[in-house]
Amino acid sequence: MPNDQSTPGIVAGRLSADQIAQNFGDLHPPLDAHEARVAADRCYFCHDAPCMTACPTSIDIPLFIRQIATGTAEAAAKTIFNQNILGGMCARVCPTETLCEEACVRNEAECEPVQIGRLQRYATDTLMARGGHPFTRAAATGKRVAVVGAGPSGLACAHRLAMKGHDVTIFDGRKKGGGLNEFGIAAYKAPGNFAQAELAWLLGIGGITVDYGKRLGDGLSLDDLQKSHDAVFLGIGLAGVNALAVSGNHDGLASAVDWISALRQSNDKADVAVGRDVVVIGGGMTAIDAAVQAKLLGAETVTIAYRRDKAAMAASEFEQDLATSKGVRILYNAAPKSVGKEGITLARTATKGGKLIETGETLTLPADQILRAIGQTLDGAPGGLAIEGGKIAVDATGRTSVAGVWAGGDCATGGEDLTVTAVAEGRDAAEDIHTSLTGGA
Amino acid sequence: MADLRSNFIGIKSPNPFWLASAPPTDKEYNVRRAYEAGWGGVVWKTLGEAGPPVVNVSGPRYGAIWGADRRLLGLNNIELITDRPLEVNLREIKQVKRDYPDRALVVSLMVPCEEEPWKRILKAVEETEADGVELNFGCPHGMAERGMGSAVGQVPEYIEMVTRWVKQNSRMPCIVKLTPNITNILYPAEAAKRGGADAVSLINTINSITSVNLDTFTPEPTIDGLGAHGGYCGPAVKPIALNMVAEIARSATTAGLPISGIGGITTWRDAAEFMALGAGNVQVCTAAMTYGFKVVQEMISGLSEFMDNHGLTSVDEIVGRAVPKVKDWKDLNLNFVTKAVIDEDLCIKCGRCYAACEDTSHQAIEMGEDRTFRVKDDECVACNLCVNVCPIENCITMKELPLGEVDPRTGRKVEPYANWTTHPNNTAANAG
Repeated sequence: MPNDQSTPGIVAGRLSADQIAQNFGDLHPPLDAHEARVAADRCYFCHDAPCMTACPTSIDIPLFIRQIATGTAEAAAKTIFNQNILGGMCARVCPTETLCEEACVRNEAECEPVQIGRLQRYATDTLMARGGHPFTRAAATGKRVAVVGAGPSGLACAHRLAMKGHDVTIFDGRKKGGGLNEFGIAAYKAPGNFAQAELAWLLGIGGITVDYGKRLGDGLSLDDLQKSHDAVFLGIGLAGVNALAVSGNHDGLASAVDWISALRQSNDKADVAVGRDVVVIGGGMTAIDAAVQAKLLGAETVTIAYRRDKAAMAASEFEQDLATSKGVRILYNAAPKSVGKEGITLARTATKGGKLIETGETLTLPADQILRAIGQTLDGAPGGLAIEGGKIAVDATGRTSVAGVWAGGDCATGGEDLTVTAVAEGRDAAEDIHTSLTGGA
Repeated sequence: MADLRSNFIGIKSPNPFWLASAPPTDKEYNVRRAYEAGWGGVVWKTLGEAGPPVVNVSGPRYGAIWGADRRLLGLNNIELITDRPLEVNLREIKQVKRDYPDRALVVSLMVPCEEEPWKRILKAVEETEADGVELNFGCPHGMAERGMGSAVGQVPEYIEMVTRWVKQNSRMPCIVKLTPNITNILYPAEAAKRGGADAVSLINTINSITSVNLDTFTPEPTIDGLGAHGGYCGPAVKPIALNMVAEIARSATTAGLPISGIGGITTWRDAAEFMALGAGNVQVCTAAMTYGFKVVQEMISGLSEFMDNHGLTSVDEIVGRAVPKVKDWKDLNLNFVTKAVIDEDLCIKCGRCYAACEDTSHQAIEMGEDRTFRVKDDECVACNLCVNVCPIENCITMKELPLGEVDPRTGRKVEPYANWTTHPNNTAANAG
């Protein structure tokens, strides 16, 4: 008897393999040439464009859209990659609704921004499909830089350094590169193994060696790296996850990050087990990604329980709407109290005088699976680096408190924890490393 | 619903919207569909002499340019006059006119510049009981190489001569269709008038190459690797046509000569503009070729609503209303001062006005920290470029400074009307 949505417990195959494959198709299907031309025609080519200001990597958006409109998508892609070498992934995963597209003046005009994200994907897909690599390396400098972490910030940093003529070695603790692009973000945002394809394409610049299975504190030390390299960049992300402080025990309690990672690495989504009644604790992107994917796998009920109100939720309105459109229920003002055989008990909360209080009311939800998505923490940062607010303290150019060591991405202070922000930080650190290695300030 | 009935040089039609002589009016089937769709009249596609019909290319006949979202803005064609036998056309014309007696049916003609061929074809057309003839002195491609079409329209003496033959050899009303491929539209219009034309129609198409294929380096449309210039029409040519119509309507030598307005008319508004500048009716082609015959329904309802809103009871009340306002530059009031005003509530903060003014004009718009845009009255020369580039209608408007108010740019008070003819800087005017 095969499983279905009502099968109790945590099991795989709640939906047919076809249905699951369909559910995990592209969230935003790519634009074809005609659609891209129509979408590009809507751009006003604003002066000092607000979208460009809103982009953490400052892509010249009006220019690349005009290049699409005039039939030169590859030139458009070059404009994008000049600023953001992971422009392909960012086109898929950026919360554009809170970045470039939120700033688009078309919102004022007709409440509908130019589809910047999808246009960016059209341009980058076009160039990447051509094969080869669009950038060439400058003459070799003989300088060697170590980059720790093959996530967005590390890759952006390594690429920029390689382009400047430096030799780069990337170290990553896992067996695959890409960082959260590979292990973290929702599968339907980058289907088709895009993270690996992009990684291979990026490395096409040359001059970058990737050494997998090497982790700081586990066969790798900052001291050694500093000795063997002219500079070190740390893009180690947030490897730790917060624990859930609740009473009781529940067999189905797991970290959402780990569950998503396993899902991303599964060869067939139909093999991924999911609960009948799933409760996700948290209010950020990880909570949304876990909840939506649980639903797409066929969970009968999926509830996100968030302890604060809707306005306080870190996940954007767009993401909240996406979740509810897929059948996820979002329960605001519900804080976890205890877990047990009956499921999970949540305390109703309210915000009074700026403080979150429990109202005394509780509710209990049935739950076969409880995924905690209540934040990640810095883990495994080398000693000796100044830490600020739980992150490696860096200045505007990514310099840490230790000379010769830069950091960027989620592990470092500054900016939101987004792929695009990590790319900007990695890129800018590379520029500063280059200046520093070539006799500048 | 306003009364749209039109009487153009004695030719009556239920509305002033005619289809121009062109591919849409080449045969009975199309013309019947046009009448059924509501077109007031049709100018049948140009007939040539009896005998072997002309031959068209069998590659592309049209080229186009497009605006955003591939909206067709300009169309170019290298099609010749009708390539169907004369007798077939004549038979169809007679039958259609009989079946649609209330609609206008004018026949376009083009035969060599000799009196006998004109006599022959006029006699044949008269037998169809069509309402009139239009002399095609306009087509700029193909036929012009054979001494017809615009080759005639570019020589006023020929226009006058042929028009006179037509009037002498026919009782039918005669419309002379003019080519815009000349330096001054008044010369051919005056010649038509001298020849006895009942009206002129304009504009015919403009010599053009729409684009160049950058893979093959051939002009478009391309016929087997080669291209030839065609005739350009559609919305893009409307401003050129409006000016030519207005020139004829306001010139002392041609004033009062009835005009059938042609050139990029796509909506009721375009039609009303042509009529306001002196056109007694209008002819449409590209709009029908782009959207089908149904577009006339919008033209009818739109013109009707416009007339009702303005208390107009006859289309003739629109005709020529704007002509007295068309003047030479020297007649314009040099003391008139306006300033651009940006409505911050409507502004979407795109900054196009700023870029246009700062880069290409008078640095008269300032951009605030929060992307608020404000006009600097002491720099604004009222050029209107900001209005033209603003994507939001009525967001930027031009405000008139009243008499006596000081223009912050010049420091001078606004004075009453005075034009170039009396301006102190006009050395020519002050020489005497």
